Amino acid sequence: MTSAPRTLLDKLWDAHEVVAETDAIPGVLYVDLHLIHEVTTPQAFTELRARGLAVRRPDRVLATLDHSTPTTPPDSLGQPVYASHEAAAQVAQLETNCMQSGIKLHGWGSEQRGIVHVIGPELGATQPGMTIVCGDSHTSTHGAFGALAFGIGTTEVGHVLATQCLLQRKPKNFAVRVEGKLAPGVTAKDLALFLIGKIGVNGGIGHVFEYRGSAIEALSMEERMTLCNMAIEAGARAGLIAPDETTFAWLKGRPQAPQGAAWDQALMQWRTLRSDAESSYDRELRFDAADVRPTISYGTHPGMVIALHAPVPAAKNLQERRALEYMHVEAGKPMTGMAVDLVFLGSCTNSRISDLRAAAELMRGRRIASHLRMLVVPGSVAVQREAEREGLDEVFRAAGAEWREPGCSMCIAMNGDLAQPGQLVVSTSNRNFEGRQGPGARTVLASPLVAAASALAGCIADPRDVNSSGRNRTETEQAA
Amino acid sequence: MKPNMIKPLTHLRSHSAVLAHENIDTDRIIPARFLTTIERSGLGRHAFNDWRYLADGSEDPSFALNQPQARGCEILVAGRNFGCGSSREHAPWALLDYGFRAVLSSEIADIFRSNALKNGLLAIVLNEAEHRYLLRHPGIELAIDIAACTIELPDGGRFRFELDEFSQHCLLEGVDQMGFLLKQSANIDAFEKKREALA
Repeated sequence: MTSAPRTLLDKLWDAHEVVAETDAIPGVLYVDLHLIHEVTTPQAFTELRARGLAVRRPDRVLATLDHSTPTTPPDSLGQPVYASHEAAAQVAQLETNCMQSGIKLHGWGSEQRGIVHVIGPELGATQPGMTIVCGDSHTSTHGAFGALAFGIGTTEVGHVLATQCLLQRKPKNFAVRVEGKLAPGVTAKDLALFLIGKIGVNGGIGHVFEYRGSAIEALSMEERMTLCNMAIEAGARAGLIAPDETTFAWLKGRPQAPQGAAWDQALMQWRTLRSDAESSYDRELRFDAADVRPTISYGTHPGMVIALHAPVPAAKNLQERRALEYMHVEAGKPMTGMAVDLVFLGSCTNSRISDLRAAAELMRGRRIASHLRMLVVPGSVAVQREAEREGLDEVFRAAGAEWREPGCSMCIAMNGDLAQPGQLVVSTSNRNFEGRQGPGARTVLASPLVAAASALAGCIADPRDVNSSGRNRTETEQAA
Repeated sequence: MKPNMIKPLTHLRSHSAVLAHENIDTDRIIPARFLTTIERSGLGRHAFNDWRYLADGSEDPSFALNQPQARGCEILVAGRNFGCGSSREHAPWALLDYGFRAVLSSEIADIFRSNALKNGLLAIVLNEAEHRYLLRHPGIELAIDIAACTIELPDGGRFRFELDEFSQHCLLEGVDQMGFLLKQSANIDAFEKKREALA
């Protein structure tokens, strides 16, 4: 019997369809892993309570605290110092909800707490072949493991809590093929920004990206996570990368990964998770990795990007003109050399150990410019501990940066970490929307390398201009 | 405490308010600093907060929704790719609480659209020509018929829009999607059993 070739998305979808979709009714899709945090869940638990419903599979829920949590140290009594009573109440609410529902919360005091999209993979909870959802658009991150992972709203969080399922229409397949090699000093973040610039912030609507090609296969897991993380910034429902030996090596031995015979069995199944030869896609895009340069954003959405030294393009419409005014940038001039007030190294895009290592290598033995602040916010307690074990915290502190507690911090700026009106922030996060990092704050999205170089120079700067023996070490590590 | 049910919506007649900006993201609709709430209600006063209010807290008279003719409008016509960015359902909650019942654009971000429809906020995608017409004619009275999938203009002209059958049915009948999923529990049980047997 021959069957039609199927893409990775087709395979993931078929394996989770409880009831197939029809013209009249969306499909019922089973969810393997439900990630929850304090911001997008309280109303969902309230809804379950109002209906007298229990959480169907508390064992399939992974809960943590990340968005509203302070990144400053606890007070003298060991208590977190929240930005507001509301933030404290929101965290307390999740603690209560988890306790009452039998959900394990990786909360305060847990060595496993962190940004939800950092800890899922770190714990080995994120696995190839799964469906993963969270009331958080950056759930696309987990697609790096060959899992179908996407963000949902709070009503849907309630649906998953109560039924472990979602009503969904199958998205379309969009192949993004990147062949060749990224140039030295060009990171996955640059690739992500370059791609969004190419297809626009609406280019992926209704589709799931499947990143393919030799350049993608050459990426480390952390780089793949950075790339998939920003699929949503191009409007895509999710990003996917077929799991391979890199994936399996990264997962092996993690606390929630299968062990022993179960691992061998899982591997057999995971190896089938790739698009069949001759698969057809609804859309395709192909480019060469060598075309990607260190890339930064210049406007007020992640599609407004330029190569680091390129001039800011002329505004094509009223909105773009407004964006240039908001950012205080001038068409025809490059952004390099613009004075920076704040540098943020963190977020679910770029807060993993490799991101911190790359920045620290550049900053070792150097000082950040005296007029600016730099916040370094590890993605999880595990990243924090590892960085401290390697002495990276000391590198950052000695450079004059602030070494913070883990969390989302200035990416979403709802925990008190934020920029003042008009300040220019070079940020390794994912969104440069007006006011995203504080009312009136101006955000320039960049890689950890560009962020570190800019912190040292005091202005938007090229990491390749930081004359350092440390750079060679970074490249060696990346190659290893 | 009562379950959250959407009100059936069959017809909507209102003047339109226009925000022509493209790519209005959910941070714009409801800034993150207002997301510490644990309620669904009360977000309307912060809808478009950073466009709507000046630094001293007073309304910015230059903002389109603060103009007298935009007040009380239940239909928002917005630039393309409305609702991009974060998955926060606080965005449709804020728009509904503000008084909108429908958002019209040439493109609406996936998660926002799904969230909107699940709350009874009609999210309609129009073709570019029709969208452009509405952007250029703020304040005209529109009559939306959800069963017929039509928008009637004051001059008698009529735009047709597409709405998937299920979302349409849920809006018209006020169908509760949680209830719909709960009725699938036998299928879900069987699915879980089958998978456990395979593992």
